[in-house]
Parts: sequence; C-alpha cells; structure tokens
Amino acid sequence: MSLEKITQVTGRGVYVPGSDIDTDRIIPARFMKCVTFDGLGEFFFYDVRKHEDGTDKPHPLNDPRFAEAKVLLSGANFGCGSSREHAPQALYRYGLRAVIAESFAEIFFGNCVTLGIPCVTATTADVQKLAAIIEAHPETEVRIDVDKCRVFFGDQNFTVHIPDTARDALLAGQWDPIAELLEGESAVAKTADAVGYMAR
Amino acid sequence: MGHTLFEKVWNAHSVRKLSNGQSQLLIGTHLIHEVTSPQAFGMMRDLGLKVKFPHRTFATVDHIVPTDSQVEPFADPLAAEMIRQLRKNAEDFGITYFDLSSGRQGIVHVVGPEQGITQPGTTIACGDSHTATHGAFGAIAFGIGTTQVRDVLATQTMAMSKAKVRRINVDGRLLPGVYAKDVILHIIAQLGAKGGIGYAYEYGGEVMDRFSMEERMTVCNMSIEGGARCGYVNPDQKTFDYLKGRPYCPTGAAWDAAVERWKSFASDAEAKYDDVINIRAEDIAPTVTWGISPDQGFSIDSTIPDPAAAKTPAEQESIREALAYMKLKPGTPLKGTKIDVAFIGSCTNGRLSDFREVAKYIQGRQVAPGVKAIAVPGSQIVAVLAIKEGLDKVFRDAGFEWREAGCSMCLAMNPDKLIGDQLCASSSNRNFKGRQGSPTGRTLLMSPLMVAAAAIMGSVADAREVFDVEAAAMA
Repeated sequence: MSLEKITQVTGRGVYVPGSDIDTDRIIPARFMKCVTFDGLGEFFFYDVRKHEDGTDKPHPLNDPRFAEAKVLLSGANFGCGSSREHAPQALYRYGLRAVIAESFAEIFFGNCVTLGIPCVTATTADVQKLAAIIEAHPETEVRIDVDKCRVFFGDQNFTVHIPDTARDALLAGQWDPIAELLEGESAVAKTADAVGYMAR
Repeated sequence: MGHTLFEKVWNAHSVRKLSNGQSQLLIGTHLIHEVTSPQAFGMMRDLGLKVKFPHRTFATVDHIVPTDSQVEPFADPLAAEMIRQLRKNAEDFGITYFDLSSGRQGIVHVVGPEQGITQPGTTIACGDSHTATHGAFGAIAFGIGTTQVRDVLATQTMAMSKAKVRRINVDGRLLPGVYAKDVILHIIAQLGAKGGIGYAYEYGGEVMDRFSMEERMTVCNMSIEGGARCGYVNPDQKTFDYLKGRPYCPTGAAWDAAVERWKSFASDAEAKYDDVINIRAEDIAPTVTWGISPDQGFSIDSTIPDPAAAKTPAEQESIREALAYMKLKPGTPLKGTKIDVAFIGSCTNGRLSDFREVAKYIQGRQVAPGVKAIAVPGSQIVAVLAIKEGLDKVFRDAGFEWREAGCSMCLAMNPDKLIGDQLCASSSNRNFKGRQGSPTGRTLLMSPLMVAAAAIMGSVADAREVFDVEAAAMA
C-alpha cells in the first residue's frame, strides 16, 4: 500500500489551552453511536464549542480568525482517557492535520500516527510563545518539519520532539502499518505456534 | 539477570522488528464490542481481508445496551443499528459472540475473565482503554484504536513500542472501609494522570497478594487513568483457582501444563524495574475525586484545594477549571455536598464482590429522598449470581433500582445519563467533563461502599461513619 510521505504540515494554527484534555471532551460518547467515522468533524469538541441549544460558545475553534487552522496547539497529556479513535478521526475530519502539545496520552498518539497525523511535543515555553503569535497574528503560517523536528513560524522556530518510530513511519509513508503487518504472515504463524495456547 | 512478566510476555509474543523500529506483536486474544469495531470491519471489507484467528476473537455488546430492559427492539435506532452490525460482523467473519440471548453477555472486561478467556502470560487487545483490567491475571492487555482493531482482526498482530516497567508495591494492611478502588485512586492521585506515560504498571506487595482476583481487576482497570499503557499483577495460586473450570480454560493434563506455563511468566525475584514506587497501605483512606481528571482525588476528610496554593501556573489553572466546572469552593469539605445520583457498576466495580460488600451494609437503610440510585451488574452472569444470593432484593429494599448488565452510566451511551449539572457519586472510572452523558453533569469517583453511603445520606459521606465499618470489621 503506497501512502503519502508526511514530511511536513503547513497551515494556520489554533490554540486550545489546557492540560489533560481527554477524548470524551474531544468527541463526547453520544456521538459514537455510528457505524462509520463520516461526519464526526462536526462534533469535534462539541460540548465545549456549543451550548445545549446548538449555538456557539466562545471558543478558539469557533473564532473565525482560526477557521482555516491545520495545526492544533495544546497543553500536557493531550488525548488522555478513552482509546476511541473517533477522537483523531473527528480532529482530522474537522480539518486539522497535526498537533503540537506539551505531551500526549499514548493511545491517542498511536491512533494519530496510524492516520498520518503528526503529533509533536514542545516545551511549555515554546507552546506559549507560538500561542501568543497565533493570537496576535492568526494568519501566521506554522510549518512542522517532521524530518528536522522543528516548527517554523514567521522568522522564529523551535525544536519539537517525536519518537523515532513515529517519525520514520510518517517520513516513509508507512504510517498505516497494515501492509507490513500482513507481510509478516509466516513469522506470525511461527510465533503463534510457539506461544502454545493459540491452536484451534 | 531476572526478567519482569512484561518482558517475558513481550518477548514470547514478538514476531519481528518492523521497518520503523517498532515490534510486530502477536495478540493472543482479541476482544471486541459494538462501539469501536464496526469501522474496523468496514475497513476489512474494503481491503478484502479475512479475520486471521477467528477462534481467538470474542465479541459482546455492552456500551449501548439499555439496562432497564434488554428486550429488543431498542428505543434508540442508532443503538439498534450498532447491535445489528455487530451480529452481522460476528456471523460473516466467524467470531464467537456473546449476544443478549446467550446468558453470557456483559461488559467485555467482566466477560473475558468470567469465561476464562483471560489467561496469564498472554497478550490481549480490545478497542477499549480499560482493557488493562485483564492484567489482573498476569496478561499484558492493551486498549487500542479502531484501525488497530482492524490490524489485529486481519493479522492477529499490531505494531507496538515496548514500554518501561514501573513496580508499585502496596505493603501493610488496609484499614477497615478502604477498598481496592481507594488503592488505585490513591495511586493515581500520587503519581498523576500522566505519571504512567511510557510505562506498564506492575502492582505488587502484601496488599495486592492478599487481594481477590476481582479486587486486582479493580486496580488494573484504572491503569490508563494513571497514564500507563497497561497494568498487571503476577499470577499466583489465586489466579489459577479463579480460572479452574471456566468454560475457555483447558482441562485435565492440558490444565496442569497450562498452569506450569503460566507460573513461568511471573516476574523473577531479581527482575530489574525501570522504576519502583512504595506505598504504605495504612496511608490510604477512602478516596474521592473532586475534579475533572481522575488524579484530582483526595482522602474523604480533606478540604477542596485552593488554586492559589498550587505550585505552578498550569496546576493553578487546572484546579480553577475543575472547581468552576464542579461548582465547588476552595477550603470547604467535600463531605456533606448534596448528590443527585448514585451509580454502582462499570468494568471497575460491577462484579459480584462489589454488590456483596455493599449489600452487607445497606440492609435496613434507605436511599435518601430525591437521590436516584442505580445498581448495574457487570454481566448477565454477575446478575444471575447476585439474584441467587438475594442481593437484588437487598438493593431494591434499600431504594436502589436493580438493573440489567451493561456499561450504563459510566459513559452514558445508553439511556442512563445525568441530567443538567446533576452530581453523581459513582463507582466508575472517569470524572471527565460530560462523561456521564450531560455536558454539564458532574462525577465524583469513589468505592461502591462510599457510593452507597452517599446515596443513603443524600450527600458525600464517609462510609466508615455511616455504616460503622470498624465495628463490622471487628465482628
């Protein structure tokens, strides 16, 4: 399976502050009563974006200045809680293509990589610096260079971190591992035999 | 040099290195449910793939099932469509499915152990973050996303990076009225919701050794709330005794061989850990959360923290956000705060021993007027066993609604939901904003007995006082 090699993501940014933002907040459970991921973008961060009557609350994702954003910026432990892939699916379908945060919960991070969404970590100070620029100049183009592990904006830049395994998978266009996993078929059979409990 | 159980299980199930440096890891058992699997089966059909090991794949329906009555048709057409899809997928792909009519349906993390599907020294995956529950048996059990569900369906493997191992010792003796739930809430409050990132948690020590299998499941269940990728307890005689005779366990000579194999996976005495944490059992009190993250918890005697006293601006902001949402005031006790709803159930605390323990104390007591109290068994088998012991009657006589099996108000994908900003004393695992079905609903996590105490007093209470637990323990 040939996939796009994801070397960089370029676009406007939007800052959703806070730490421990969980996947229930990213996509409330009631919107998971579905059998496809289509249409989930509409419910991205629904309860913090919308009043119960469906009208907008003040929220960065409702601010027209950030409507075109491709890069989400947030705090520590982003995506914690439920393993629901509906969260990164909603994020992607909302139009975002990458996340910069102080840290990520592991299942969310893994789900994002599998969908080709780079998640990179930055220091609190760098997140704050970029957040301030985005607030002052929403039109600023933010470029995440996955290869060099740097984020560029205006005339500034800072280092970000992404584990080598995720970086390599994105750069090589192998972020969806299914093809490689299928290739391992004979080795899988051997291991399944060896563990001793998987016979029919 | 010795090895941990995690390393041994990991090594036994490692198929090969992938090009990005991750491992292709064999998954011995795949558990699926209706919420996170339909899209995975859709991808399987799109790619023309078959389920690789259908006999190692087990399905049940839990999240969307109504608990007032499991009789179909469901009032909610979306829920009906999800169960229809699961039935079709199980049939099309040849997967064992514990349907509503099977007598074995329930929360996937209750069903696996109950059926003896969950076994030591194995790897388990499920599209649900509370899969760590199965670690209580010395299995390495991962919660995964839907694309990974597809990977496991199609290849019985997934791409994983190896975790570090943190040993958490809980030694000493728990005080009366302190339960497994308090132990894990205490651990999470101490180490933080992100403290476990990058780690597998190995729980051990005198308290874990003494714990029943169901208590071990309660602890392992909430590993993810502490940020850990999985959590486990080394298998011992209790593990084997629990499993013996269960439907999916081997019998005869195969049983003896299995026990020998299972024993070999336990961490070696000289195993090296990446980190070790020691907790004194006597330091753990009945523990309750006051905020919107599972690490925002404290002893029932504490007062609500003041954001002004926080060490960092980020922490200050977290406390402020939590208190604004929870409508709680710094410096005031949580004890005495009026509650609206009491929920006993979930994959954390919906097992027979949870209902038995509460039933011991609520006889002759009444749920306070105005409090909606529901008790939801974790599986149809838990329900049958509880009813056989008359526990349903004890709960009903005390003013609880006794329901049918499902995830229910833990995440409110079925009709059991909070309304408006109701405050719920809950034996579940998450206190996130909106978690229990209302965008402004509020959750206080605690042990089942603490939920019962709150239900009876109509407000957050110390179960030790409400039920005179110490006297009961002496007797």
